[in-house]
Amino acid sequence: MPATFTRTPAEIDRKDTGIGGKPPVDRRPTGGGGGDDNWDNHPQGRRGPRELLTRYRLGLFFALAGDLMFFIALVSAFFVRQNAGHFDPRDNYVSDWHPLAVPPILWINTAILLLSSATIEAARQHLFHEVDVMEEWLGLGRPAVRRASPWLVGTVILGVMFLAGQWIAWQQLASQGMFFGTNENSHFFYLITATHGIHLVLGILALAVALCALFLLRRVEMRQIVVDCTAWYWHTMGFFWIFLFVLLTCFQ
Amino acid sequence: MRDDHVWWMPPNGALHGVAIDRLMWWNLVALSALFVLAHIFLFAAMIRQKKSASQIADFSWKREAIPLAALTLVYAWMAISAQRLWATIRYQGAAPNALQVEVTGMQFQWYFRYPGQDAAFGLTRPELINAPAGNPLGVDRTDPRSADDIVSSILVLPAGREVDLGIQAVDVIHGFFIPGMRLKQNAVPGMQMHIHFTPSVAGDYPILCSQVCGTGHARMQSHLHVVSESEYQAWLASHEPHQTPGAAR
Amino acid sequence: MSLRLQTEHLQRKWLFTTDHRAIGIAYLLLSLVAVAVGTVLSIFMRIHLIAPDLKLPFWGVVPPEGYLALVTMHGTLMVFFVLTTAPVNGFASLILPAQIGARRMALPLLNALSLWLTLISFGVLLAAFFVRGGAPISGWTNYPPLSAIAAAGPGQAAGMDLWLVSIGIFCLASVLSAINLLTTIISKRCEGMTLMRMPLTVWAWLVTAVLILFAFSILLAAVVLLLSDRHLATSFFVPPGEVIDGLLVAPQANGSPMLWLHLFWFFGHPEVYIAVLPAMGLTSSLLANFTRRPVFGYRFMVATTLAIGFFGLLVWGHHMFVSGMNPYAGTAFALTTMAIAVPSSASVLGWLLMLLRGRDSRVHPLPTAMLFTLGFLSFFIAGGLTGPILAQPVLDAYLHNTYFVVAHFHLIMAMAGMFSLFAAVYYWFPLMTGRLMNERLGKWHFWLSLIGAYATFFPMHFAGLAGQPRHYAQLTGSTSTLGSLLPLQTGITHSALFLATAQLLFLVNLVWSARHGRVAGVNPWQATTMEWALIDSDCKVVRGPYEYRFHTNLPDFILQCADEAEQE
Repeated sequence: MPATFTRTPAEIDRKDTGIGGKPPVDRRPTGGGGGDDNWDNHPQGRRGPRELLTRYRLGLFFALAGDLMFFIALVSAFFVRQNAGHFDPRDNYVSDWHPLAVPPILWINTAILLLSSATIEAARQHLFHEVDVMEEWLGLGRPAVRRASPWLVGTVILGVMFLAGQWIAWQQLASQGMFFGTNENSHFFYLITATHGIHLVLGILALAVALCALFLLRRVEMRQIVVDCTAWYWHTMGFFWIFLFVLLTCFQ
Repeated sequence: MRDDHVWWMPPNGALHGVAIDRLMWWNLVALSALFVLAHIFLFAAMIRQKKSASQIADFSWKREAIPLAALTLVYAWMAISAQRLWATIRYQGAAPNALQVEVTGMQFQWYFRYPGQDAAFGLTRPELINAPAGNPLGVDRTDPRSADDIVSSILVLPAGREVDLGIQAVDVIHGFFIPGMRLKQNAVPGMQMHIHFTPSVAGDYPILCSQVCGTGHARMQSHLHVVSESEYQAWLASHEPHQTPGAAR
Repeated sequence: MSLRLQTEHLQRKWLFTTDHRAIGIAYLLLSLVAVAVGTVLSIFMRIHLIAPDLKLPFWGVVPPEGYLALVTMHGTLMVFFVLTTAPVNGFASLILPAQIGARRMALPLLNALSLWLTLISFGVLLAAFFVRGGAPISGWTNYPPLSAIAAAGPGQAAGMDLWLVSIGIFCLASVLSAINLLTTIISKRCEGMTLMRMPLTVWAWLVTAVLILFAFSILLAAVVLLLSDRHLATSFFVPPGEVIDGLLVAPQANGSPMLWLHLFWFFGHPEVYIAVLPAMGLTSSLLANFTRRPVFGYRFMVATTLAIGFFGLLVWGHHMFVSGMNPYAGTAFALTTMAIAVPSSASVLGWLLMLLRGRDSRVHPLPTAMLFTLGFLSFFIAGGLTGPILAQPVLDAYLHNTYFVVAHFHLIMAMAGMFSLFAAVYYWFPLMTGRLMNERLGKWHFWLSLIGAYATFFPMHFAGLAGQPRHYAQLTGSTSTLGSLLPLQTGITHSALFLATAQLLFLVNLVWSARHGRVAGVNPWQATTMEWALIDSDCKVVRGPYEYRFHTNLPDFILQCADEAEQE
């Protein structure tokens, strides 16, 4: 590669036609070889250690966007049903909505879930701690993994506690006679909590896989990606739960 | 318009149908013209050879924007003219003195209930529905208002009077469709939708089901007879209450 | 990278491959099977309609539920397994990475998983024919309560459940595929490939993937709710007082069928844009290629793609004008629907203007791919122009669920979509097999299909104006008043048979050319997009996607920056 940069004729003749984009800005001060700090200018595949992470985060983001639409469908069905009454024979509008008293244990469950978000965030931070990552990358043991794994285990425990609490809430409702099929409102309560619960089960499985991956995967980059994606998934599920919880407590 | 109706459409018998037919006619004319015009361009472009090679992409806003603006105006005219007609037909309910008829769709038959002299419909209960026993709509006989209700499987209406139809269904979604009256409304179980119109031309108009409802969808047809006022009164009088066609006594 | 697709890859690893090109071919083969089955079903439908007493294979004399099952499965197969799978999953898997300069997809495992799920979904759907009661009879839209209560009709028990499970799996598959597409387009573009340099096909796949993400998630939710109604005694869609055959079913029910309509059509309308947007992107690309001119207003075309995608999410109520929806809502949806006519017309005008710049004397006769692109244009115009009529609630109140609507969507979605798929196959065949398809057979295929398609679907407008509703198993019978339309429908059936037979030319061409077709060069169409480039090392993009005839002294270029010496 010559040290000087000669503009090719194509670049000189170029007229702006209104189609296509501008030519790439030559950001190389030296004109050849050498590196610069802007990874994005590099060819795809050589855009630095964050490239793979960004890609997986992107994939997860889109997956969660689709998931959000799924929950939005359920929530809009909830609102439609809430406002759909009927007319009795005397032409009076009768609402068919029977607000469900949310079992108090749900507040505790919410607190547990928020706590678990904190624990997994701690795990994630440990895994990105620069000094520890450097040591791992150099092959000097696994300090980041050692620091992060207890937090991951803690998250799993809290997650299981949350699910157990949800189950207890269901039992409490059942003992009061509110089953899944009892009335239209109970459908929604069970459906919403069950859907979220299934997502959380998947999250716990992902946490378990992440724990194993921490010890089995060879590349530090892949370990980071697994935990990072699991953490973001977990945060999102907590976030969704806040909304659903507010819906179930305040919007009945 | 040819012979007072649009190509292929059955003759119109409703008051509002005149305006609808006119709108339909102009829409079809406009869109057919656009279709032909576009295809003329298409053919011309295929045949025409390029004279010389010009250099640069000649995207000019004018060439795109002017036809686009013209098309937008056409669409806007369509939307606005249609909206005005829609508003007059659907935004307001029927006049208070309109004739009331309740239309019920069930697999695979249309039933029409007239309120009778007391101008009130009797109560119906789904538990009482028993078509073989002569009570397909589940009319509650203990309600005094149902004493003079007439249930029929054909719709008979007097010409020139506004009618308010209360359309509902019992089992699945049906589509209440009278092509000759330019009328369509889905009959949805659990809801009653009201539409109103004025039949103006006497005659016999088929009633079809326009929403797939099961195996008998194609044969779920009935008839609308638009008759003079005196014939209508005679028909009402001849129709004993509590009787549906073919019911055993 | 050799031009010839490594189909050995496909054969060696069977379907466990994660090679995106092999996966793309697998999707296309699936769509081929689906379109063949769907076409046979439609032929049975058409024959039964005009000759109800004729005995057909598998059915004997087709009972009314058999006809409705044919309609339902025809619609389902065509909309999902042909018009969603082929343009989006099939061709995107095959072509997208190369067009953005990537060597592989961002998430290849997801792509493979999506293929597997689609195959399973297909199998489950076809199984509905063979269970007790047969396939469902409620149309591809499956309105409850007909679809919510097993007793409401034959085929609504096990058949309906299988349909729901199949489509639920398909939703998952589609969403996974969309995630893969979006991640790939955003993160795997090669150096220099800015968003404004992407080919319009890639833009189309981008917008389509977003629509899939939104729409199919909603459909999945609706399917889950309907399954819950059917098996878990809920009543999201089953209204109170529901009586089937004189029996009060679900006494506790308190739902609304309208909820299904809203959820389904919120999916259903973006679905048709999912089917047609990739075709629109391809049309721009092929017109540029074969007229040897840049796309007319690239940024403008991108804007129309985005506009159609965005508005497509706001118009679903136009399927529900007479369904029981509030008339004010009807007005709102009418406005948004009419608004979407503007970017669509803008696209069509752009294409017409590209053509009007004249034909290159060197490109003569027109290759089959270009002919099919012109056919797409013709059908898009024909079907699209009846859109504004149906967008007006007062006119739709007459035309809803009549054959007018059938004509509309078959012209713009089925025929335009199919012609675009044919164009894609004829165009990209060299990338799949290294050979060209036979031009003479291709031209016969085109002309016969064009004539057959117009002869089949155009007269349906008249049947619709006459008031003939959809889903009618027969026009004769003691209660029927539609017998006068029998001659028209007979003509349509004959044309449909003609059209279906003409497709045999395509199949023969496909099979024959794969083995004996003329060997194609590296870039047989002299295209500028990068799927035709030999990418041995990292490519670097320096030009826009459609710079044909850009410089006076050089013929045309590929996006990739070839060294000056390599330019032809």
